[in-house]
Amino acid sequence: MAEAQLEANVRLQAGMAIIDLRGDIDGFAEAALIAAYLQAETKEPTALALNFSQVDYINSTGIALIVSLLARARKDKRPVIAFGLSDHFAEIFEITRLSDFMRIVSDEAAARLGTAEEKSQ
Amino acid sequence: MSTQNRDLWRILARSGAPGPTAPEPESTPSVEFTPYDPLVAYLQSARGVVEVDRLDLDSPALRSLKEAGVKLTIPLVAQGELIGMLNLGQRLSEQDYSVDDRTLLSSLATQAAPALRVAQLVRQQKDQARRSERLEQELRIARLIQQTLLPRELPKLPGWEVAAYYRPAREVGGDFYDFIHLEDGTLGVIVADVTDKGVPAALVMATTRSVLHAAAERLISPSQVLARVNNQLIPNMPENMFVTCLYSVLDPMKRTFRFANAGHGLAFRRGAEGVSELKATGMPLGLMPDMRYEENEVVILPGETILLQSDGLAEAHNSRREMFGFPRVKQLLSDHPSGPAVLIATLVAELERFTAGGWEHEDDVTLLAIECSALGGKAAESARLAAPEVPLPLQAEFNIPSRPGNERLAIQKVSEAVQDLGLSSSRLEKLKTAVGEATMNAMEHGNKYQDDLPVHIRLQASNEKLSVFISDHGGGQRIPGAATPDLEAKLDGLQSPRGWGLFLIQNMVDDLKVTSDETHHTVELMLHLEGGQHG
Repeated sequence: MAEAQLEANVRLQAGMAIIDLRGDIDGFAEAALIAAYLQAETKEPTALALNFSQVDYINSTGIALIVSLLARARKDKRPVIAFGLSDHFAEIFEITRLSDFMRIVSDEAAARLGTAEEKSQ
Repeated sequence: MSTQNRDLWRILARSGAPGPTAPEPESTPSVEFTPYDPLVAYLQSARGVVEVDRLDLDSPALRSLKEAGVKLTIPLVAQGELIGMLNLGQRLSEQDYSVDDRTLLSSLATQAAPALRVAQLVRQQKDQARRSERLEQELRIARLIQQTLLPRELPKLPGWEVAAYYRPAREVGGDFYDFIHLEDGTLGVIVADVTDKGVPAALVMATTRSVLHAAAERLISPSQVLARVNNQLIPNMPENMFVTCLYSVLDPMKRTFRFANAGHGLAFRRGAEGVSELKATGMPLGLMPDMRYEENEVVILPGETILLQSDGLAEAHNSRREMFGFPRVKQLLSDHPSGPAVLIATLVAELERFTAGGWEHEDDVTLLAIECSALGGKAAESARLAAPEVPLPLQAEFNIPSRPGNERLAIQKVSEAVQDLGLSSSRLEKLKTAVGEATMNAMEHGNKYQDDLPVHIRLQASNEKLSVFISDHGGGQRIPGAATPDLEAKLDGLQSPRGWGLFLIQNMVDDLKVTSDETHHTVELMLHLEGGQHG
């Protein structure tokens, strides 16, 4: 089986760093995820949003990478939002309780709205 | 004129030689006689025209000719063989045949004989071609029936290896073998041979197979199965046909092999103490009603092999008309103590060497070898525990090389194998996650990502349940339970962020069983296919 690839591109939207993920989040995704987080840090965002809408596969190693990224964001006091998860992976985020530590919304607009609400509070 | 076949001559006698204006006689008398009639011997050596009334032979044929009004007969002889007769009755003018008439008739017979012979040969060749075509067609049908009846795959039994070989004779004999997965988890094994060849044998084979299946599913004892099959076959068995059959029941858990024999060839058992014959007496099936069959049982120890066979191997001849023989089979079995597939390959290679291309596939050759894998007591017990109590039908079975990322290959193959089971997309996604996680664990923890240690995946399914068995080579290790990961501790850096695999698997399937022995570690993922807890 060919090694899976993850592409992670960072963009800033209204102070929120959005990491667009494309491909598989497994053991091969570690470097791409770390690089994306470091790139997002340079933009000093108020929040971090992970776009899973083009992610096909997340395994337990991928979950561990997301836990590491979340731990680092918490340390940096940056809220993390996830959007675009399939029903199956949204359920996995609930089972693993990741959804207790990052807000799960349906799409990018909802993610932006949530960040705006948080700012205004 | 006459027509000829092997056993009968038919003489068509026409009274008189009609002229251009003479009316056609209403009928042509027919006279039949055998090739052994004295008249045939006489005409064979006679020359020219023979006056029938002047002959004095004790011959039914001659009497018949006279009664039919034949006056002259001119033998048609080609290459010293009487191939026909030219018969003439009384002339219409009632005058005697003249010398010129007789000369003309002799000359006509001399020219007609070779022409008639050519016509006979052409007709014989056409008949032969039609017979050959019909035989070929029958052979094709017989082969088709036989191929349809032979099992398409070998049984997969934990702790057992099974190998089979079948080669049809040129004329397609009546060998067949089969396996019956019985409800109590045992395996019925049939090796049988129908006398005769071609379509009749294939049809009897099909009937025998059906009756055997029906009996085996109702009765436990092999001797009772054979007794019932015998009585059911007798009313419809064609004359001069019968079936030899060795029927056995293998209990893979108890390692017992119980068998009864209806006149079939020898079965052998190869163990630490050498090769022994598995004997049980009994008459072939379909000969006499209410037969009793002896039944015996042996325990197959790890490393031991059972060889079942038809007589096609032992009774094969070489160009010197020597027979391969059971002693040679026994010796080869003793000399090659390896796995069943290697054993069968060895026997077939020896057969080829023995016959050295001179063998014309006299009879079908069927070989079936069953070997108990060399597991120790605890390992065998673990294998027993790892196996389902009632084996489910096999859905798929494959190996995955232990390489990073290959869990995706396992997911893909499992998805393909279950596509006809009607899983909802939600259930399928959960199964895919569970299979991916279990395969990753097997490759990483069980096989340490060693390329030569594959992960073995087997899927078995019924209408109610799907089981996916994922096995690695990490036996003998302690298997940690599926504890719920402490996410707070992981986020605070107090625990490794990893350790989600078993937890995920447990939450994706309806039930999870983990078993282990000295060499293997197996995870069984179970999904209820109707009314399962995940809907």
